Amino acid sequence: MRVTFTANGKPVEADDVWEGESLLYVLRERVGLPGSKNACEQGECGSCTVYLDGVPVCSCLVAAGQVQDREVRTVEGLANEETGLDPVQQAFIDAGAVQCGFCTPGLLVQTHDLLEREPQPSDTDIREALSGNLCRCTGYEKIMDAVRLASARKCQKVGTSE
Amino acid sequence: MEFLRPATWDEALAAKAEFPTALPISGGTDVMVEMNFDVHRPSAILDLNRITELRQWEITDGVVRLGASVPYARIINELSEPLPGLALAAHTVGSPQIRNRGGVGGNLGGASPAGDAHPALLAAGRDVFVEVASAARGTRMIAIDDFYVGVKRNSMEKDELILRVHIPVADGPQQFSKIGTRNAMVIAVCAFGFALHPKNGTVGTGIGSAAPTPRRAVAAEEFLQGVLAERGLWESGDLLGAEVIQQFGELVKAAASPIDDVRGTADYRRHSLAVMARRTLTWTWNDYSKQIRSAA
Repeated sequence: MRVTFTANGKPVEADDVWEGESLLYVLRERVGLPGSKNACEQGECGSCTVYLDGVPVCSCLVAAGQVQDREVRTVEGLANEETGLDPVQQAFIDAGAVQCGFCTPGLLVQTHDLLEREPQPSDTDIREALSGNLCRCTGYEKIMDAVRLASARKCQKVGTSE
Repeated sequence: MEFLRPATWDEALAAKAEFPTALPISGGTDVMVEMNFDVHRPSAILDLNRITELRQWEITDGVVRLGASVPYARIINELSEPLPGLALAAHTVGSPQIRNRGGVGGNLGGASPAGDAHPALLAAGRDVFVEVASAARGTRMIAIDDFYVGVKRNSMEKDELILRVHIPVADGPQQFSKIGTRNAMVIAVCAFGFALHPKNGTVGTGIGSAAPTPRRAVAAEEFLQGVLAERGLWESGDLLGAEVIQQFGELVKAAASPIDDVRGTADYRRHSLAVMARRTLTWTWNDYSKQIRSAA
C-alpha cells in the first residue's frame, strides 16, 4: 500500500508498504530518515521515539498505515538549518551525554517534549519523562546533566528576552 | 493482509462484520509488538485511529463514559478526580511514550490477566460496563464481572468492537498497587485495585496477574462490607483495627489462583497480594477517616 504523510514539515510518500509494517521501518528504510533507531521493536527502549501529531510515541509501535495524512517529526527535524542544533542537542554534546549514541535520538525527542511542557523540570520529573528510554552504556548521570543544562539555558533565554 | 481505515464508527463496525478476523489496532502498543515479532499474522488490520468517539470522554449522571482509545496519559491528566483508581493504574502502564498511545480498549480487547486497567475497573464496582457494538445487532453493555472469561479471552463476539467503558464517578477513596522489578516498563508480577463506595456501603476489589482472568475477591469484599456495616464504621470513620485488615488480606490472597512463571512464583504472588490488600485498605480507609473527621 501507499502511505503519505508529513515528515519534518515536508510531504513524503512511501510505496509498497507492507500492511503490518511499522512507522519506524518506513522512516528508516523508505523515506531516508534513519535517525530514529531500531533496537527492541517492542516499545521498551525508546530509541525510536518520534513526535506523532506533536505527541512523543515509539515509532516501532505505530502501524505505517496509521500515519496516513498525519504529521511526524523525527530527531532529524529538531535541528534548524538557520539556527543550527536544537538547544537540547547542544546540551547533550556539551554535557558529554552521548556515548555509543544509539539511544540518543530517542532521548533527544523525549527531552525536547519534556522541556516544551515543563521548561524547569525537577530531577524526579526528568527521570519520569525519560523512564521509557534505555541507555545500555548506562550513561544516565550525564544524560541527567544534559537535561538540566538544556533546561537552565532555556530558562536563561526566556529570562533575557523578557 | 488488508489494512482497513474506517473514518466513522459505523464504517468500523461494517468492516469488522465483513472481516471478522481483522485485528483492531488503536495505540498499537500490544498489537505492533506481535506484528514486529511475527507472533501473529492477522488477515487484516482494522485501524481505529480516525474514529473521534473513541478518543472522547464525558460524564453524565455520575458515570464516566470513557472512549476505548482515550490514552492513559489523558486519563491521568484529565480523569484522576472522577477515576482515581484507574488513573493510578494508568500511571503504572509502560512509559510516557506508551501512555501517550495505549488506552483501556486495548487492555479489554486483549484481556490479558496482567492488564493494568482491569483491577481498577473491577474495584470501581459492579456497575462498570463495557459498551460493545456490532453492525448486525447494535450496542450491548457487558457488565465487567461478565467480561473476562479466560486467559486472554473476553465475552465479545467476533463482529464486535469496544466503543467505551462506563465507570461510576468515584464516591470514595480508591487505590491501586502493582508489583514489578522497576518503576517503569513493567508488566505486573501481580496487582491489586481497591475502592471504597460509601454511598452504597460497598467496597470493590480487583486482582491482576494472579489468576487466569482478572478477578474480584468476593469473600474479602463481603467480609469487609459486613464489618463496616455492623460496627457503623461508614458513619464514624473509626479505626478498622489490625485484625480486620489482616483478615481482609488473607481473604484477598485466598481469592487468587496464581501460577509460577518467569515473572514470579505463585507463592510470591499470594504473599504480595495480601500485602497489597492490607496497604491499599489502610491507605483508603485513612483517607476516608480524614474526610469524615473534617466533615464533622
